[in-house]
Amino acid sequence: MDRLSFDIAHLVAGGLVLVSFMLLYQDRLFALLNMFALQAVVLALSVGWQAYVQDAPHLYITAAITLAFKAIVIPVALHRIVARLGIHREVETVVATVPTMLAGIALVSLSMVVMLRVTQGADALAREDLAFALSVVLLGLLMMVTRRNAVSQVVGFMSLENGLILAATGAKGMPLVVEISVAFSILIALIVIGIFLFRIRERFDSVDLQALDESRGESR
Amino acid sequence: MPLVGFFIGDVVLLVLGGAALAWGRQRRGSDAVYGATLVLSLVAFVAALAHLLGASGTAETLVLPLGLPWSGAHFRIDALSAFFLAVVDFGAAAASLYAIGYGRHEHEPLRVLPFFPVFLAGMNLVLIADDAFTFLLAWEFMSLASWALVMAHHREAGNLRAGLVYVTMASAGTFALLLAFGLLAGTDGDFTFAAIRAHGPTPVVAAVVLGLVLFGTGSKAGLVPLHVWLPLAHPAAPSHVSALMSGVMTKVAIYGFMRVTFDLLGTPSWWWGIPVLITGATTAVIGVLFALVQSDLKRVLAYSTIENIGVIFVALGLALAFLGNGFTAAAALAMTAALFHVLNHSLFKNLLFFGAGAVLTATGSRDLGRMGGLLNRMPATGLFVLIGCAAISALPPLNGFVSEWLVFQAILLSPALWSWALKLLIPAVGAMLALAAALAGACFVRAYGIAFLGRPRGPEASDAREVDRWSLTAMGVLAVLCLLTGIFPGVVIDALAPIVQAAIGAAMPSQSAIAWLSIAPIAESRSSYNGLLVFFFIVSSALLAAYAIHRFASAAIRRAPAWDCGFPEADPITQYSAESFSQPVRRVFGNFAFRARERVEMPPPGDLRPARFEVTLVDLAWEMLYAPLIGVVGRVADVLNRVQFLTIRQYLSLVFAALVFLLLVLASWG
Repeated sequence: MDRLSFDIAHLVAGGLVLVSFMLLYQDRLFALLNMFALQAVVLALSVGWQAYVQDAPHLYITAAITLAFKAIVIPVALHRIVARLGIHREVETVVATVPTMLAGIALVSLSMVVMLRVTQGADALAREDLAFALSVVLLGLLMMVTRRNAVSQVVGFMSLENGLILAATGAKGMPLVVEISVAFSILIALIVIGIFLFRIRERFDSVDLQALDESRGESR
Repeated sequence: MPLVGFFIGDVVLLVLGGAALAWGRQRRGSDAVYGATLVLSLVAFVAALAHLLGASGTAETLVLPLGLPWSGAHFRIDALSAFFLAVVDFGAAAASLYAIGYGRHEHEPLRVLPFFPVFLAGMNLVLIADDAFTFLLAWEFMSLASWALVMAHHREAGNLRAGLVYVTMASAGTFALLLAFGLLAGTDGDFTFAAIRAHGPTPVVAAVVLGLVLFGTGSKAGLVPLHVWLPLAHPAAPSHVSALMSGVMTKVAIYGFMRVTFDLLGTPSWWWGIPVLITGATTAVIGVLFALVQSDLKRVLAYSTIENIGVIFVALGLALAFLGNGFTAAAALAMTAALFHVLNHSLFKNLLFFGAGAVLTATGSRDLGRMGGLLNRMPATGLFVLIGCAAISALPPLNGFVSEWLVFQAILLSPALWSWALKLLIPAVGAMLALAAALAGACFVRAYGIAFLGRPRGPEASDAREVDRWSLTAMGVLAVLCLLTGIFPGVVIDALAPIVQAAIGAAMPSQSAIAWLSIAPIAESRSSYNGLLVFFFIVSSALLAAYAIHRFASAAIRRAPAWDCGFPEADPITQYSAESFSQPVRRVFGNFAFRARERVEMPPPGDLRPARFEVTLVDLAWEMLYAPLIGVVGRVADVLNRVQFLTIRQYLSLVFAALVFLLLVLASWG
């Protein structure tokens, strides 16, 4: 592999981690959704570049699916949900921004240390990809843990899944069927979660998960 | 190959039979089921015996594509398995014969019938397994089938708890065995016994495995302090199953112990015998002490099983100690004694549990305090149980004496050992065994005397009737075998020789060459025993005494006292009761063995209440080991219970924290 293609792949995957960080500190829902769409675009770029480098045409399909669903369908759907729920003005602060960012940096360095050590035999591109993918997964999880609003939890979950796609395309020989089925399961998850959001809203007048806990008789 | 195939066919037939019963819900199939298990077990017994006597020293193997896909299921029958197969299948045949009669009194036969053949199949399968996976599978299969049988009468008070304690202890034991086999297989992950034998564990691994196996098989056999489930579970099952569990299933546990320690672990170190000797001797004494103070007939027998397991483990510990120090001849003697006692215990414990079942059928009670005078009402049962009691008390000329005598012969060889620890320990163990043997005698004098002699203490006992012929035949066969193996021990010892030869590399000298059917474990100049001679002496002296009493004493004029010491019409309640008979022993050993407390409540003058006398006994193993353990588990469960009620975000954080922790571990590994 020549130096340039490696650098480009490195750049795009690193951009994905960067967008994950940007997701972490968005406290307005619309900004969060835009950022998520941006992440999906970057992911599609990365997958497309992988398809070009690996000379694997089916990865173009993956990239297209990512672009269509993750960058357009899901953000638009979530946009409309947020608008209909009327929660676009809500600001959520569970954990302050600075500690979250610091934790995110620690997680990225942890995933670098682990992945670069574990995958010593593999080729350089796959190693970098896996390390970045683990970072994205961990940052997505961190987002789910630090957010309270159901919509931002959904976004955290989706961005976690973006990390998985990145890992899958980095490794050579991932069958297309698996990726398509993952993409569709994410879509179905979105539908289910969307329905749940409205149900929660109907019941509790809020999509703040705290309301769920209070209805169970525990206020924390 | 054909023999192993036959046994697998046997197992499959038994399991299918059980399944068909459960499926068909046939309520009237009791005779057919027990008849079928009788025939199958007898054929299996003959096959195993023929292998043991005929093709001695050879092993048959068979590999079937079952179980784990990459290794298959391995089966093997060598001399050791053949011996235990013979013991198990003979016990199973006797129990089936007995159950043809006894099973007719069963209220809910469908709770017993399907599991009985499955239980037999499980025991057979353990004995022919030749890889760890099959062994553990069969072991757990056996445990669960017997658990189902323990729970057959689950509506009776206490049986639910018995089942719970049993299944917990059985799982703990299997878990220990799982770890042991995991260590034995090492990092290769080859679980066949042949591979384990081939690579031989390091000394540290061997020591850990010894401990785990002692725990795992000991919890099944009933070693103190792992015995707590046994006196609960064995009496709870129907009597023919109690007999199998006590007389036969504990032997399967001993087989497991012998298979690992004498076969898979390689040459023993010098100290391996020490833990086995200590637990064995403690088990023997504690078991018989508890047997002595029980008032439930089947619990007496269950605790006596614990004592006999202790004796067998002492003999096995002696064999390990001698073998580890290079005294193969002495080790062969000790191992022969252990195997002989395995055989004997399976004979007389089955007999006694059958007797207890007969008493239970006749009187409807297991409480010694309601029995008495049963000998007049059930003469045949009384005679057979008497033989069983004499045999288990190790009285010559019966079989129990021979095996215990052989154990003591092995103990007397201990001064030849060079290790001072063993030199001091083994005589102490011998003293404890002697104490246990004497107390066992007292225990069975008490059990037999209270139940069968004297006068009936309740209407149940006075209305008792003799049981059916099937049960009597089963008991009679076992009683005759107790006598025969006692009179002709040389035959048994010679039959055991190939097993001992294979396990230890030496065997006892052949006994068939010695004149007059004597046996001489080491040399005739040192000690020998002739069961036949003792038998003739006892018979002739008893006949002479009986003749003399009838001839001289009975004919003499007898004068009865006019006032009869103030008891002209003695009430049956003035007889010795089970509790009063054991009171001296309870007083002597009570404080340290069971923390016995006696309390007398005397009503003040003028009060018409009867005076009360209460005795409380505590099983120290339960109080000092299990109660704290249960407390800790309860507290931990209370703490962990809070984890059930977290918010979604907290659950996510838990998962996240676990993931990060694992990644950190991975990062700091290298």
